[in-house]
Amino acid sequence: MTAITDERILHTSPLRKLLGRPELGSVVGAAAVFLFFALAADSFLKASSLSTVLYAASTIGIMAVPVALLMIGGEFDLSAGVMVTSSALVSSMFSYQMTANVWVGVGVSLLATLAIGAFNGFMLTRTKLPSFIITLGTFLMLTGMNLGFTKLISGTVSTKTIADMEGFPTAHDVFASTLTLGGVNFKITILWWFALVALASWILLRTRAGNWIFAVGGNQDTARAVGVPVTRTKIGLYMGVGFGAWISGQHLLFSYDVVQSGEGVGNELIYIIAAVIGGCLITGGYGSAVGSAVGALIFGMTSKGIVFAEWNPDWFKFFLGAMLLLATLLNAWVRKRAEATK
Amino acid sequence: MARFRTGFRTWVGIAVAGALCASLAGCSSTGGKRAEDARKAAAAQGRAAVNTPRWTFAMITHSGDGDTFWDIVQSGAEQAAVKDNINFLYSHDDEAQQQAQLVDAAVDKKVDGIIVTLAKPDAMKAAVARAVKAGIPVVTVNSGSAESKEFGALTHIGQDETIAGQAVGEELNKRGKKKALCILHEQGNVGHEQRCAGLKETFDGTVQNLYVTGTNMPDVQSGIEAKLQSDSAVDAVVTLGAPYADTAVKAKQGAGSDAEIDTFDLNAKVAAGLRDGTLGFAVDQQPYLQGYEAVDLLWLYKYNADVLGGGKPVLTGPQIITKDQAGALAEYTERGTR
Repeated sequence: MTAITDERILHTSPLRKLLGRPELGSVVGAAAVFLFFALAADSFLKASSLSTVLYAASTIGIMAVPVALLMIGGEFDLSAGVMVTSSALVSSMFSYQMTANVWVGVGVSLLATLAIGAFNGFMLTRTKLPSFIITLGTFLMLTGMNLGFTKLISGTVSTKTIADMEGFPTAHDVFASTLTLGGVNFKITILWWFALVALASWILLRTRAGNWIFAVGGNQDTARAVGVPVTRTKIGLYMGVGFGAWISGQHLLFSYDVVQSGEGVGNELIYIIAAVIGGCLITGGYGSAVGSAVGALIFGMTSKGIVFAEWNPDWFKFFLGAMLLLATLLNAWVRKRAEATK
Repeated sequence: MARFRTGFRTWVGIAVAGALCASLAGCSSTGGKRAEDARKAAAAQGRAAVNTPRWTFAMITHSGDGDTFWDIVQSGAEQAAVKDNINFLYSHDDEAQQQAQLVDAAVDKKVDGIIVTLAKPDAMKAAVARAVKAGIPVVTVNSGSAESKEFGALTHIGQDETIAGQAVGEELNKRGKKKALCILHEQGNVGHEQRCAGLKETFDGTVQNLYVTGTNMPDVQSGIEAKLQSDSAVDAVVTLGAPYADTAVKAKQGAGSDAEIDTFDLNAKVAAGLRDGTLGFAVDQQPYLQGYEAVDLLWLYKYNADVLGGGKPVLTGPQIITKDQAGALAEYTERGTR
């Protein structure tokens, strides 16, 4: 170091820039988990195995993207897990009860999930209660409604099959088909996932709305003072979660065609975990969409890697917890090192 | 704010109108509710067949929310209640402590009979003893065949999970299988462990347990798929609940494995799978019978002091169902009673 200069005009090397990225720690973590299972499980590196891991990651990742955006905006959504089930139930039951083309049900379901998202956002901004309380309420109400309505309408706790109805084959193609690339089968959810990550990254980094999201997550009052539409941004973020739940729910419906109404409870935590591993701060204002994807990938690799490695299944949850903790610690350590070298 | 609201309302209006137009124009000519209504057209309404006093029976199970199996048990109990002129109350909780409190509540309500499951027997012991002491007849169903008599219940109706597992092992031997996977969708469920243990006892080949998260279907699928990819020697996959059988079939296709998929319990999709050969066999414990018999036996006891089983558990399974029987059962699985 020769002369002291203003830090704002300091030239930052590309390496420094890279170290400052929120997802860097998780990328290192993902590489470590990948390497670990590549060594520990013989079958992990096969193309078909990797496609299974990608599928597992994508079903988490589709929801982790909007959940990460919401966390950057400083809020939580505990209703995200059951909302996925609600989305599948609505389209299945609407199509069935109306004997309508299943695409009609798919449309109604989109409206329903966006409405639930808007409800969360509206309640949050209106009541000023913490998002934890609001979405916990929605979570419980949705859990009850999923069961109650399904039983009321179908007479049983799962929906009737809609596989023989019009529109099913095309909807199945869009939400649950399998693509074959070079002899390996890939689920279409992987494409949906990548598309969502790209879309969310674009919004975050290249649009005004992206700046708003970072601003409301950083400091809501300051953001409002400089003219950021806080209410609209937050409602929009919750509707984004609704949109993600819609895609996930339609995948669930069209790949299994019958939906169990009690499903989805607990998944909301997995989405949040994926976002946190991916570098989103629980306090908001910091994170990335790519990071959430890496977080989902770590989760997918860990949960399936344990199966590939053929470890004693009694310890499954323990291994999962330990791997996640290690990945997150590594993530935090890399971030700290990166900040220290600035 | 005002501008935003108008915009929002307009959008909702357009969307609702769009959905209505689409639903008027976009009807499906196959399947759906209309087809079901046509099938149901001739169905009869249930009416009480006896004129005994209107007793109140309470059924308290360890079912989780939205469990298809318990839904069938409940429908059996309800139909017997209609026939026997019984006021039937149903409640459930998968936490043992909560379930015991529900039994206490039923005792406080002074019901005329209690039906209870003993999935976690130790936690239920005091509650059942309290009911017996209060002079309320108790019938245990589904799980707890070992403890039922000791706790003072009249009789037990259900399937012994270990015996059911053994039956699966024998059937797999008959089919010449060498390596089986036992898919547990609820970690820590005693009945599930017993089924897999029973399977291990009688099966000549090797058995491996695989735990999956039952509340997350994609996880179930990718879990089984991963296992099949890592071990191509597996030639039989046994799921412990009907909804998971279809998912296992998808996992098998994804992994390119040719293992046979077999399952515990029945539903419409399992019946269809058995018929078209995508599933090998199903082990049924006849949940409808468990609910129906429980109510009917309590009625018989109140009316005529009858006790079935002679102090031994009354078994409702295991019944092995293959392609041959599946056709005849399809109709009943469709209406949710098998």
